[in-house]
Amino acid sequence: MASAFLHPGLLVVVAGFALALLGGRARAAVALLAPLAALYLILVAPTGVAWSGSWLGFEVKPLAYDPLSRMFGVVFAIMAFAGALFALNQKSRLELPAAFVYAGSAIGAVLAGDLVTLFVCWELMAVGSTLVIWTAGSVTAYRASLRYMAIHLLGGVLLFAGIAGHVAATGSTGFDRMALESPAHWLILAGFLVNAGAPPLSAWLPDAYPEASWSGMVFLSAFTTKTAVYVLLRGFPGTELLIWVGLIMVFYGIVYALLENDMRRILAYSIVNQVGFMVVGIGIGTEMALNGAAAHAFTHIIYKALLLMSAGSVLYATQRRKCTDLGGLFRTMPLTAVCGTIGALAISSFPLTSGFVSKSMISQAAGDEHLLWVWLALAAATAGVFLHAGIKFPWFVFFQKDSGLRPDEPPLNMRLAMLLFAALCIGLGIFYQPLYALLPFSTDYVPYTGSHVVVQLELLLFSGLAFFVMLPMLQRTLTITLDVDWFYRRIAPALVGAGALALRAMGETLGAARDGGVRRIEAAAHALHGPQAILARTWTTGGMAMWAALLLGAYLVVFYL
Amino acid sequence: MQDHWLARDSSIRLLWRGFIVVLALTVLAEFFVSQHPHFRVESVPGFGAWYGFLACAGLILFAKGLAMFLKRPDTYYEKGERDG
Repeated sequence: MASAFLHPGLLVVVAGFALALLGGRARAAVALLAPLAALYLILVAPTGVAWSGSWLGFEVKPLAYDPLSRMFGVVFAIMAFAGALFALNQKSRLELPAAFVYAGSAIGAVLAGDLVTLFVCWELMAVGSTLVIWTAGSVTAYRASLRYMAIHLLGGVLLFAGIAGHVAATGSTGFDRMALESPAHWLILAGFLVNAGAPPLSAWLPDAYPEASWSGMVFLSAFTTKTAVYVLLRGFPGTELLIWVGLIMVFYGIVYALLENDMRRILAYSIVNQVGFMVVGIGIGTEMALNGAAAHAFTHIIYKALLLMSAGSVLYATQRRKCTDLGGLFRTMPLTAVCGTIGALAISSFPLTSGFVSKSMISQAAGDEHLLWVWLALAAATAGVFLHAGIKFPWFVFFQKDSGLRPDEPPLNMRLAMLLFAALCIGLGIFYQPLYALLPFSTDYVPYTGSHVVVQLELLLFSGLAFFVMLPMLQRTLTITLDVDWFYRRIAPALVGAGALALRAMGETLGAARDGGVRRIEAAAHALHGPQAILARTWTTGGMAMWAALLLGAYLVVFYL
Repeated sequence: MQDHWLARDSSIRLLWRGFIVVLALTVLAEFFVSQHPHFRVESVPGFGAWYGFLACAGLILFAKGLAMFLKRPDTYYEKGERDG
């Protein structure tokens, strides 16, 4: 079987390199067919280790399938396909190749059966995603990509140190469940959490992703954070700390998104918020909770990509990204507005959308475990999601005031990509059985019970009421909200600047001292060797004869002593 | 030329009325579905409604409070980084 010797991730990476060389229809064909081929391979491959060997003296399993890795592989391949369809008319010839290297290495990371392969794919993802931001071509994107890379290299170093410690202690490169009882495992957890967008370093995500192009951010939203969710699911299920980390992420995302003016930064904060729900599920750690986290990652990739496609279409059509500049676009971009709204309903887990069938499992798990405070926080956050993403995004971009902009709908390929994902958001919300069949644990969970639906509708609709009642407090201003990145964008450069000033002052003092010293030596030399100085004067013949006689006399005296 | 029907004042009034009717219906619907609460607080009538509203109001107020300390003009980073 082809699935035994073809690696779906590698296939997508190789397709990415081919895309850089191809043009025209061949390029479009490779861009669309490679992810579909990868999807096919992931679906038909038998469970178990497909590739194994040894590399640098380590046991490696570069290709291994189990229900969890298959589920993430499937959604990554679907995402790569829709992202490629959406980006077909992207002018930058390098963005799609970079995005394919990124997507392919993400597929490689979830299909990795050992920590060494995982680390290699992890770092390749960092390179691929940095290049995606880079290809946007602006100075701000370049600067943001450098900050992004610095944070991810830090995460990579933590992960590498942790893996090295783990391998040294256990002698095994296997990637199994870990307990937080050795420094190595703490380092691995820290490396994973950096990529998940967890505090204290969440700021890299809303800082860097929105600087990518209109199509680049669609790819970026999917892979890095969800690969982190996957490795946390595999490595640290049931780690209680993750409940609290996840809850901080959930509320951080809501509060910062509420204050944000840039439409794609709103959606970037909301990625942290949504990953927070998954991290809480992983922390709870029951089969129901882990299923919920995995299902939520699956549905989130699709509806967040749909939201970013609609935001990307607006950016493509208007070249504007701030809510204060936008508004009233539903008049000339009805399809984009409808698709964006479907994505917004799905992220809010409205009944009959994909978000409902996945997120409700996490709340259910919190209830089953009698974690009252966690359950209450999740319910509040569910209402908060509708507030910051479900209404705020479509309202300020497509409705609110009439900005006077009358842009056209985006080209056909972009519209098709949005329609495909909008159909999946609703389709998975109604026909959820295929999604549940992909889950790591078999389940007979029924999302649509009367009380589930009614309580969810109450939470969401009254959240909507709060939005419109308090709308004057939510009007957008030309502001940003400071985050932890302030420390490395403002304080660190200021410290370096102050250090440089101090060094310069010290240099000047030393230079002055040096110059003074040199001048004194020069003056002394001048006094001895200058044109009129004692050692440079011409001497008279008589004087010479006298000194010669004196020397000879002294010699005579010394000889007889 | 008349604006899009969604943007007219009369339609917006109509939408508000419809919205309030739907809000009332969701709360009333509680009495027609079987409840299986995990926690006592869930059995309080209209739990989702008042809890959702209060949670959102609280989040908005908290965000506004935070903004008093952390809000900056959106050109804040541009200057320093252009020079740097």
